[in-house]
Amino acid sequence: MTYVLNLLTGLWIVFKRTFTKPVTVQYPEERPYLPPRWRGRIVLTRDPDGEERCVACHLCAVACPVDCIALQATEDPTAHERRYPEFFRINFSRCIYCGYCEDACPTYAIQLVPDFEQSEYARRNMVYEKEDLLISGTGKYHGYNFYRVAGVNIRDKDKGQAENELPPVDVRSLMP
Amino acid sequence: MASIIVDNQAYTVDERQNLLAACLGIGLNLPYFCWHPAMGSVGACRQCAVKQFKDEHDRCGRLVMACMTSASDGTRISIDDPEAKAFRASIIEWLMVNHPHDCPVCDEGGECHLQDMTVMTGHVYRRYRFPKRTYRNQDLGPFIRHEMNRCIQCYRCVRFYRDYAGGRDLNVFGAHDALYFGREQDGTLENEFSGNLVEVCPTGVFTDKTLFHHYTRKWDLQSAQSICPHCSLGCNTTPGERYGILRRITNRFNSEVNGYFICDRGRFGYEYVNSDNRIKRALLRPELDRTKPAKPEGVPQILGVAADRLRRARGIVGIGSPRASLEANVALRSLVGPHQFFLGIDEYEHKLLSTILNILRNGPVPSASIHDAEQSDAVFVLGEDLLNDAPRLALALLQSVRQQPMERVDELKIPRWDEVAARNAVQDRRGPLFVAGYRRTWFHDYATDSYFAAPDDIARLGFAVAGTIGADAPSVPELTNEVRGLAQRIADALTQARRPLIIAGMGSGSQATIEAAANVAWALRQRGKQPRLSFVLPDCNSLGLALLGGESLNGAFDSISQGKADTVIVLENDLYRRAEQARVDAIFDAAKTVIVIDSLEHRTTAHADVLLPAATYSESDGTLVNQEGRAQRFYRVFVPDGDITESWRWARDLAHAKSQETEGSTGVATWRNFDDAVAGTAAAVPELARIGEVAPSADFRVAGQKVPRQPDRYSGRTSLLSHLTVHEPRPPTDPDTPLAFSMEGYRGPIPSPLIPQFWSPGWNSIQALNKYQDEIGGPLRNEMPGLRLIEPVATKAPFWFTAVPPPFKSTPHRWLLLPLSAVFGGEELSCRSQAIAERMSEPFISLHPSDGARLSLEDGRTIELALQRTTYRLAVHFDPSIPAGTAGLFLVPDGSGLRLPVWVDLSEAIKTGRKRRVA
Repeated sequence: MTYVLNLLTGLWIVFKRTFTKPVTVQYPEERPYLPPRWRGRIVLTRDPDGEERCVACHLCAVACPVDCIALQATEDPTAHERRYPEFFRINFSRCIYCGYCEDACPTYAIQLVPDFEQSEYARRNMVYEKEDLLISGTGKYHGYNFYRVAGVNIRDKDKGQAENELPPVDVRSLMP
Repeated sequence: MASIIVDNQAYTVDERQNLLAACLGIGLNLPYFCWHPAMGSVGACRQCAVKQFKDEHDRCGRLVMACMTSASDGTRISIDDPEAKAFRASIIEWLMVNHPHDCPVCDEGGECHLQDMTVMTGHVYRRYRFPKRTYRNQDLGPFIRHEMNRCIQCYRCVRFYRDYAGGRDLNVFGAHDALYFGREQDGTLENEFSGNLVEVCPTGVFTDKTLFHHYTRKWDLQSAQSICPHCSLGCNTTPGERYGILRRITNRFNSEVNGYFICDRGRFGYEYVNSDNRIKRALLRPELDRTKPAKPEGVPQILGVAADRLRRARGIVGIGSPRASLEANVALRSLVGPHQFFLGIDEYEHKLLSTILNILRNGPVPSASIHDAEQSDAVFVLGEDLLNDAPRLALALLQSVRQQPMERVDELKIPRWDEVAARNAVQDRRGPLFVAGYRRTWFHDYATDSYFAAPDDIARLGFAVAGTIGADAPSVPELTNEVRGLAQRIADALTQARRPLIIAGMGSGSQATIEAAANVAWALRQRGKQPRLSFVLPDCNSLGLALLGGESLNGAFDSISQGKADTVIVLENDLYRRAEQARVDAIFDAAKTVIVIDSLEHRTTAHADVLLPAATYSESDGTLVNQEGRAQRFYRVFVPDGDITESWRWARDLAHAKSQETEGSTGVATWRNFDDAVAGTAAAVPELARIGEVAPSADFRVAGQKVPRQPDRYSGRTSLLSHLTVHEPRPPTDPDTPLAFSMEGYRGPIPSPLIPQFWSPGWNSIQALNKYQDEIGGPLRNEMPGLRLIEPVATKAPFWFTAVPPPFKSTPHRWLLLPLSAVFGGEELSCRSQAIAERMSEPFISLHPSDGARLSLEDGRTIELALQRTTYRLAVHFDPSIPAGTAGLFLVPDGSGLRLPVWVDLSEAIKTGRKRRVA
């Protein structure tokens, strides 16, 4: 008896769906709304001053469960006087869009954006280098500039000029 | 042994330790900063607080610093006590108040002791809302980067640099919360062991500048055990590689050899591996026409041509190398036959080396390891400039001078780990260290007595000491009262010591000092003491080469010039360093075919008709025998690009190609993998028979698995090569060792040579080493510290050396040119590394000021010196420690094949614009 009742309940639920609006849309003419935090294509962003945000700390690479991020740190004494990636490569044919890299990133450099249209006919076209990843804006997080907070000095910011820092200690001072 | 109770669990530990070392030895996690296993406790950081209880009824307890408390019997402590935990968390929080927000760009990140300890104590958010203190950094030279903001004032750097390594130019400045650890002003850190600051500093104040230039995190480094090839001591190192580039060297603990520290030549000398001068392709001279340059060609074709030449040769000469592994030398020996194999060292070096080998083999006194040297309580150095030729041994002797004063510390019942109290009790007392040499370095400041004289006079002092100690030892006639008094003092100190050590070597090129050192040691042995001998040799495998036996380079040259042979195979050797240029040129002209196997371009490779690219130590497996006679294995860290392969494989391929048409393959031609090479080496010479026991063979497995060279956090596996191919090529296989070029495999207790790098959960820094030891500072678990190949029979009677040289007499027109070495630039390979090259001094000649006046020279002036048909540009240094009548000569290693010492008329040889004749 219960069995028949369950069966009928199920049928009734299915029947009710006949009169609801379908969730499928006519993609690509019609596009669904994707919230800003939706995990799609990975980009590298710039800080509010327009410099690359990535400081080549390797945390995204080590957090990546499929090991699809490879980079090399370098320091350009003329252009930046700060650390940045010499190359930065993501093999999107391996990426699972888990967003761990974004979580791990201490500078908001690497971000996942609501864009999923990355299909390619050739797998090698899924390998993105830094030129392909770097965008000109700040992405989802606008104000943050790692080097304004960090203690290291760079070209335009000396010791003691970061946020919440005292001027450098005068070692030769005998004042208490 | 003492029984201690930690968190209601009983453990048995050594009561001579402190509680911190005991807890770490048990395997418990207890955070610390200022304590270091090699440097004792000072109780400065307060991080290792635990709660100590009087007895089982004590519920209250009191906080004590574990590093400052003895692990005495019945001690009852709690690490997990809430109050102790809160105390430790607050200490970290204070330390982090001014710590800058720069871990992402800090080179220490990922292997930072401060990070580990912060995580261990659970400190997460910074509550302190006030501004952070900042410092300006200093430029500390080509080795070390300075980022003072990160400092947590643990004082380890100055304790290592000043107290342990004898440095003078790093100190702590300032006061209260504005302490500054650095130099008085910007400038290169001068100490030869400054690189250890990178490992000693618990955070990123001192970091490796060579690594900075091609930075890679620890978790991305592929590593394996290696042996430093830059001197004869055989320190263990861990090189790290990424993207086919060798990134850095770190110290690798070996309780018998280098312990916790290595020298800067070993740490920063690796960059020659990445050099532009590396030979990457096999080269062949077209039609073997000497007028044309060698060109890259397919390996099979080149081997075909070479084999054809070898088959048609009138005779083949194989020249081995003291910087190539045993296996490579044996492979060449097998390829050309034992009678055509020559040692690749000149006649004089061969003679000295044979003398040393004879002393070690047939004398009653054993050789000393670096660990033995550290423990010795009286040391006599004859003619060796240790700081420049064997720096790690000099560092060991700086510890040995503490041995005798430490007895006073024991008398006062001060535990040895209590560093401040011990140093206070010791004050300026130092144990006996007698150094006889001909050039003063800062090392002499630690000597009880220094004696500066020509090598013959040094040998006479040695013979005199031996004659004073032992009745049977030959005595020395015509001694001055001064020398006799010194000999008496040295003899007294050595006979009163429990573990005396005598050091000599080949650095001064004097046979007599070597023999004198043997006499001293044997005389002590005859008096019933337990002395040890240590000989400093020129290259990393000098002793291994000597064990193989064979003639010197002269024999090779003779058989070519006499027409017995017309084909020469040179293994990892620059002959121009070993013989006069004209002689080597003549040999290469006389030889029909010159085959060279080497890794770096030099003048010998330029003469090669067939040039085969050899793998360096980080790209090959092999066994080296250090100056102690200890055979140690080094493993391939990575597979290089191009045609580069191990030297023994080139010899194998040549043998294989050669034997195809003649007789059936034997010897090296049958070697398939490294195990065959080891077996072939073991069969070559009886003394090497146990060489296979140095490390596990290639079929060693744990749970059926190989040991991974890559850490389990190795990143980028699927994108490293994806710009070249997206098909993820299979990683290289390794048929030669139990190690794999992979992240996958067994991670657990394994024999020490197989440990890729030290890491343990929660312990990412080099301090993870604690987790590999049963007792802190003691041997590693499953340690295989190498195999001592030469053990003398202690009951053997000494065969005294009686050739006491006459006293050195300076002559009016002739000077004895003596070889000078330099820690940076005194070795062939390391001086091709950029950072080392920056520290190298220009070639110079050192003269006693009185000799300088005789020659009308001025200090600091540049002169030209014509010697043996070569002219050298040299700076003149006046050095009052250089004995009058002699002159010290420092040339960069690829500079010449000049064999020193040699008598030269300097007034003739020096060519300067304003030269005046001697009055």
